[in-house]
Amino acid sequence: MLDSAARDRLPAAPGVGYKPQHFAQITADPGSVKWLEIHAENYMGDGGRPIAQLRHLSEKFAMSVHGVGLSIGGEGPLDTDHLARLKHLVGWLNPASFSEHLAWSTHDSHFYNDLLPLPYTDTSLQRICDHINEVQDTIGRRMLLENPSSYLAFAESTWSEPEFLAEISRRTGCGLLLDVNNVFVSATNLDFSPQGYIDAFPLDKVGEIHLGGHDEDEDDHGRPLLIDSHGREVVDPVWALLDYTLAKSGPKPVLIEWDNDVPDWPVLEAEAARAATALERVPA
Amino acid sequence: MSVSQTEFTRAMMDAGQPVPDGLIDHQDQPAGRRFSVYRNNVAVSLTEAMHSAFPVIAKLLGKQNMDGLAGIYLRQHPPSSPLMMFYGEHFPAFLEGMEQLQHLGYLGDEARLELALRRAYHAADAAPITPDALGALTPDQLMNTRLTLAPAVQVICSPWPIHAIWRFNTKDGASKPEARAEDVLVTRPEFDPIPQILPPGGAIWIRALMQGATIGEALEQAAAADETFDLGATLALLLQGGAITGLDSKG
Repeated sequence: MLDSAARDRLPAAPGVGYKPQHFAQITADPGSVKWLEIHAENYMGDGGRPIAQLRHLSEKFAMSVHGVGLSIGGEGPLDTDHLARLKHLVGWLNPASFSEHLAWSTHDSHFYNDLLPLPYTDTSLQRICDHINEVQDTIGRRMLLENPSSYLAFAESTWSEPEFLAEISRRTGCGLLLDVNNVFVSATNLDFSPQGYIDAFPLDKVGEIHLGGHDEDEDDHGRPLLIDSHGREVVDPVWALLDYTLAKSGPKPVLIEWDNDVPDWPVLEAEAARAATALERVPA
Repeated sequence: MSVSQTEFTRAMMDAGQPVPDGLIDHQDQPAGRRFSVYRNNVAVSLTEAMHSAFPVIAKLLGKQNMDGLAGIYLRQHPPSSPLMMFYGEHFPAFLEGMEQLQHLGYLGDEARLELALRRAYHAADAAPITPDALGALTPDQLMNTRLTLAPAVQVICSPWPIHAIWRFNTKDGASKPEARAEDVLVTRPEFDPIPQILPPGGAIWIRALMQGATIGEALEQAAAADETFDLGATLALLLQGGAITGLDSKG
């Protein structure tokens, strides 16, 4: 059992995305796993087992709430009902961190259950900053914003992604969540250097790192098209990119995401143990 | 060339639409197949959500048919909120409206039962009263008592054997459903919702209680509808299900 101060911030240690099927094993012996992340929307019901489990876990672990439904990159206004639900969850749980995505998922009152891409322009920059300010004002805390996986680009974009995220952070004071697998996926799909992306990224603003597995496909021209699937182990080149990142950033909280074809607990824990090894190599 | 989110979603939800101009690859070529990633992600994730929301319907229809129906449903009724735990509220009526499913008349009510079980799973917690609290009342007081039921409690009435079909498709060794009407009570004693068959008149009695009738007033309604209505048996189902969370015997 941690004291409350230790649950106030994410430790620079491995965490995993929590899956209910792992509840008994996590509470009995979490192994290398020092903190847990939940998807906010799965804990917005009124009660029952999900909420009871979350209450129990939050007494033992530092918790990160990761939203997938705010649609911060949406053209329309934020869904104020959804924002109120988020405020309620963050209010009672008091997690160590709240994060969301540089993406949109809702349009014209329809929710598409996916993280959709947006152009990086002065117009979208202003809208996103307005949305982030609204979120931070409503929930009364600083949030982290995550870089997406990209499969295509917008001809109208005038900003590079690291510069765009840095400017959002500068204007709103939000922190950033750096998904190293997303960098690798986007770099492969859009043919840029993943190390160059990390070099351009404002690592001092990073409050959390994500790692996950991806699938391999091809585009119309037979070139590799990687899909961010969160359905398998993290591949070696992404582990290498984590090492590259940590060497520059210093130790950070590192999360393993595995959302589809969820494995048995020992397989997930082994991924967390590998992240622990990577973190141990980094001078504090 | 700017791409609006209206254009993006229209093309994403209808593979017959062209990929919007202005979406490109790293060599400034049209995005083509890369756009299909989003078409595929949305369709697959919402189809999977329908499978996990309606496992009995999916089993009754088979995977291929369920995939096909989900593909139509998700385009007619995309989620209206990010709370995927409640996705599928229009699915019962959607199933009833499908011409090729008219011979499977029970599907709509079966889907209503699955929706009710899911809502019960996520319903607010509420501490039940003990049977002693009712036992301490005189018969007159009991008849003048109003009951508060737990938020998880739901009643589904059907001309089909929806409880038997549910059991047959979720429990090993359950007996084959026989044609008959079944009214089902859903309670959640702790964390797992439980569907149970209500005796004749039971649904009318519970629904009257939910609308604020006293036990006696609800009894009159239930007995008028079915003279065999068994108050004790129905009350016992509620008590066993932890479904009564408060009582007001002030009359």
